[in-house]
Amino acid sequence: MIHFLLLFSRQGKLRLQKWFTPLSELEKKKVIRDMTLMVLARPPRTSNFLQWRDLKIVYKRYASLYFCTGLEEKDNELLALEMIHRYVELLDKYFGNVCELDIIFNFEKAYFILDEFLMGGEILETSKFAVGGSVEEADTLQEVQEP
Amino acid sequence: MRCLLSFFVCVWQNMPAPIRLRELIRTIRTARTQAEEREMIQKECAAIRSSFREEDNTYRCRNVAKLLYMHMLGYPAHFGQLECLKLIASQKFTDKRIGYLGAMLLLDERQDVHLLMTNCIKNDLNHSTQYVQGLALCTLGCMGSSEMCRDLAGEVEKLLKTSNSYLRKKAALCAVHVIRKVPELMEMFLPATKNLLSEKNHGVLHTSVVLLTEMCERSPDMLAHFRKLVPQLVRILKNLIMSGYSPEHDVSGISDPFLQVRILRLLRILGKGDDDSSEAMNDILAQVATNTETSKNVGNAILYETVLTIMDIKSESGLRVLAINILGRFLLNNDKNIRYVALTSLLKTVQTDHNAVQRHRSTIVDCLKDLDVSIKRRAMELSFALVNGNNIRGMMKELLYFLDSCDPEFKADCASGVFLAAEKYAPSKRWHIDTIMRVLTTAGSYVRDDSVPNLIQLITNSVEMHAYTVQRLYKALLDDISQQPLVQVASWCIGEYGDLLISGQCEEEEPIQVTEDEVLDVLEGLLVSNLSSPVTRGYSLTAIMKLSTRFSSVNRIKKVVSIYGSSIDVELQQRAVEYNALFKKYDHMRPALLERMPIMEKTASNGPTEIVQTNGEAEPSVVEPKHLPPVGQPASQGNDLLDLLGGNDVPVIPTTMPTKPASAGGELLDLLGDLSLGGPAPAPPAPASQPPFLLDGLSSQPLFNDIAAAGIPPMTAYNKNGLKIDFTFERANPNPNVAVITIHASNSTEADMTDFVFQAAVPKTFQLQLLSPSSNVVPALNQGTVTQVIRVLNQQKQQLRMRIKLTYIHKGSAVQDLAEVNNFPPQSWQ
Repeated sequence: MIHFLLLFSRQGKLRLQKWFTPLSELEKKKVIRDMTLMVLARPPRTSNFLQWRDLKIVYKRYASLYFCTGLEEKDNELLALEMIHRYVELLDKYFGNVCELDIIFNFEKAYFILDEFLMGGEILETSKFAVGGSVEEADTLQEVQEP
Repeated sequence: MRCLLSFFVCVWQNMPAPIRLRELIRTIRTARTQAEEREMIQKECAAIRSSFREEDNTYRCRNVAKLLYMHMLGYPAHFGQLECLKLIASQKFTDKRIGYLGAMLLLDERQDVHLLMTNCIKNDLNHSTQYVQGLALCTLGCMGSSEMCRDLAGEVEKLLKTSNSYLRKKAALCAVHVIRKVPELMEMFLPATKNLLSEKNHGVLHTSVVLLTEMCERSPDMLAHFRKLVPQLVRILKNLIMSGYSPEHDVSGISDPFLQVRILRLLRILGKGDDDSSEAMNDILAQVATNTETSKNVGNAILYETVLTIMDIKSESGLRVLAINILGRFLLNNDKNIRYVALTSLLKTVQTDHNAVQRHRSTIVDCLKDLDVSIKRRAMELSFALVNGNNIRGMMKELLYFLDSCDPEFKADCASGVFLAAEKYAPSKRWHIDTIMRVLTTAGSYVRDDSVPNLIQLITNSVEMHAYTVQRLYKALLDDISQQPLVQVASWCIGEYGDLLISGQCEEEEPIQVTEDEVLDVLEGLLVSNLSSPVTRGYSLTAIMKLSTRFSSVNRIKKVVSIYGSSIDVELQQRAVEYNALFKKYDHMRPALLERMPIMEKTASNGPTEIVQTNGEAEPSVVEPKHLPPVGQPASQGNDLLDLLGGNDVPVIPTTMPTKPASAGGELLDLLGDLSLGGPAPAPPAPASQPPFLLDGLSSQPLFNDIAAAGIPPMTAYNKNGLKIDFTFERANPNPNVAVITIHASNSTEADMTDFVFQAAVPKTFQLQLLSPSSNVVPALNQGTVTQVIRVLNQQKQQLRMRIKLTYIHKGSAVQDLAEVNNFPPQSWQ
């Protein structure tokens, strides 16, 4: 299972944090600090994998955002890269040419999309269309209820 | 007019609507400093707090959303926790959406507040709208505590059986979470798994496979039960590979790689250790391994999982070779991620498929030069795993080159690895020493502390390499004295083998010309250098001292030693004082004490406990009452003795290895001697003709030696001015050439003889060893004796003769006397 998914900018500002294990606020802050320091310090043209404590860290940069996730020993790192890519594709489909600002101003939507894609640290839905479809239907439900 | 008034009143009573989320984000982003941002946030938080206090339902959702944003920026938001619960309880979908999101971000199982959610979730799990049910399942599945899971497991199980695939897939992952939190509940989900794999929906299929995997990993019974699913899983995988293009699941020409990988992982678990299952999946694995497109990351992800599965199950050898070859190809891939993954997998398989991995050794060694730190580390670990007797020379060359150029974070591990490999597979002693030298000179400061004694032991035991080793170490010292482990080993060697160094005896390479003064210069340089640690200084002082028996410039050494007698460093000071004492009072013992170290048996930690002496005397080992000091630091042992005796002025003899066995008895006696001082002796002194008393018996021989009791009659060696000295004899077992003589000094005058020192000398063909006396006060009126043990090695079986010198203070004046002892009984030397 994945333990966390973090999105942060090149200046180290957090844009999204999803935790799949119970950690205290202090522990979460420590993880965020360690991840941003480690990942931002990586020179170019190195692999996307790191070892941190007993977790495998997989990260990928898309434009100005870093997507960083922590995996367990038995998880497949190459597949994790595909998972991150899929999430970016889902965001892109929903927002239309997604950029960092979209995620800043619509962070709750980014979470909703994530919650239709991952759950409990595992992939919930592998279909590209199903995730977007569910979120859009839920959006419609929201609008219908509000006059 | 009245309408206008009431209008104003209405407006005044309603607070202005809280600003929208987007508005707040925009505002905060305009802040130019951290302080400005903090001020804005505080203002908004205050507004939100008062809005919460007013129980405003309309804007609660908006306020919590803003709070979540501020929380992401790092500001505290705990006062919003209860508000999240209120939102969850609301009927509006918008409220629920934000409420559940807030709960997942702000609450966790550590706070009791989260339990209040349980009822809401229970209701929402039964809601008429699937999206509400979905929210509840999601929240429970991400952060549900054990208590919540226990309460709601039944609801989840119900939803697992629904035909609604949207809910079914969520229920499956929620069940996974429940099982992780409360493993005992696993059983109740078993019935619902019955036809999970018959689903067409990929979401359900994927989450079902995850659920099955979780159950199989946790329970061997479940594992056995689900083995029957192998054919079905193989079929599903086959369909995925063979099926045509499916736009919603396609990733670069591969259909649903996520599902494929999960199935491969479940097959791995089911096939492990089971012949039939492994057989059943053989074909599909071969198919995936050969047909998967490798140009993109996604194909390689599947290949990677396939290789892991092949290696773990009972696959046929052809398949295993195929898998290793895939990894070999991965190693040559341009993509760093692929190379990294290959090295990791090879590390896992190197134990079981050693030969196959060996074939890729050169590629692996090339990875040592990669720029990526993660790859370098994996390559290093794998290289050490591949070292064996055949490739040791070549591999070590590469690894030493790596040690030279790698980052400091690797050096300690690499150095340890090199030492281990060298120890196991060294083709020759010279090679071994050279390798150690190379490590010490290139990564000397990173070498682990315990390497120093291990290396010293290794060097000692390589007898024929002593000259070569000390020469190389000396040359290394001339270059660089900053690396402490190197300096410590070098000083020890110079102290031990300095004579070989100056005699220019080296066979292996060109002997260097070096004088005693030059060597002493180097060692003294270490003592004064700022680069030397206190431990290093100790090593070099001891080395200088040892050279006093190997070099002729004893005066220089004496000077150095006496200077350090007043060093600020307590350890150095103590050593210097003891060595000084050795020069002054016990000069005759110095050669024996500082002689060459014997070969040591390899032991676990601190140092040798078995000693085999090489100078002709075989001594059984002794279990010392105190623990043995590590090699190279013999002086501290004497200090313990001194402490035991409460600071008596008993000469402190640095008890180096050769003398240890015999002194055991002496120490015991010293304890007892201490007790008897100042009072009547516990046992009256016996006339020489009687067999030794128990007390004397303890002192006259090492504890473990047999007494060759009757046989050699005792004798009186000296009797003058009231001082009588008797000799009693034993044979040291098992060496018959060693005579153990105990002197018993008694005083018949009415005044004590204090500062009593007994010294003895023998002709050149004999060797003499004098152990510590019981005390240096011979009590008056025969109230007690001073005993001391002499060991005489008489290899040529010549007649024993001895010259003795006695000094003491009697009635205030110093007395000194010399005497010859010639009346040894023939049995004592025949």
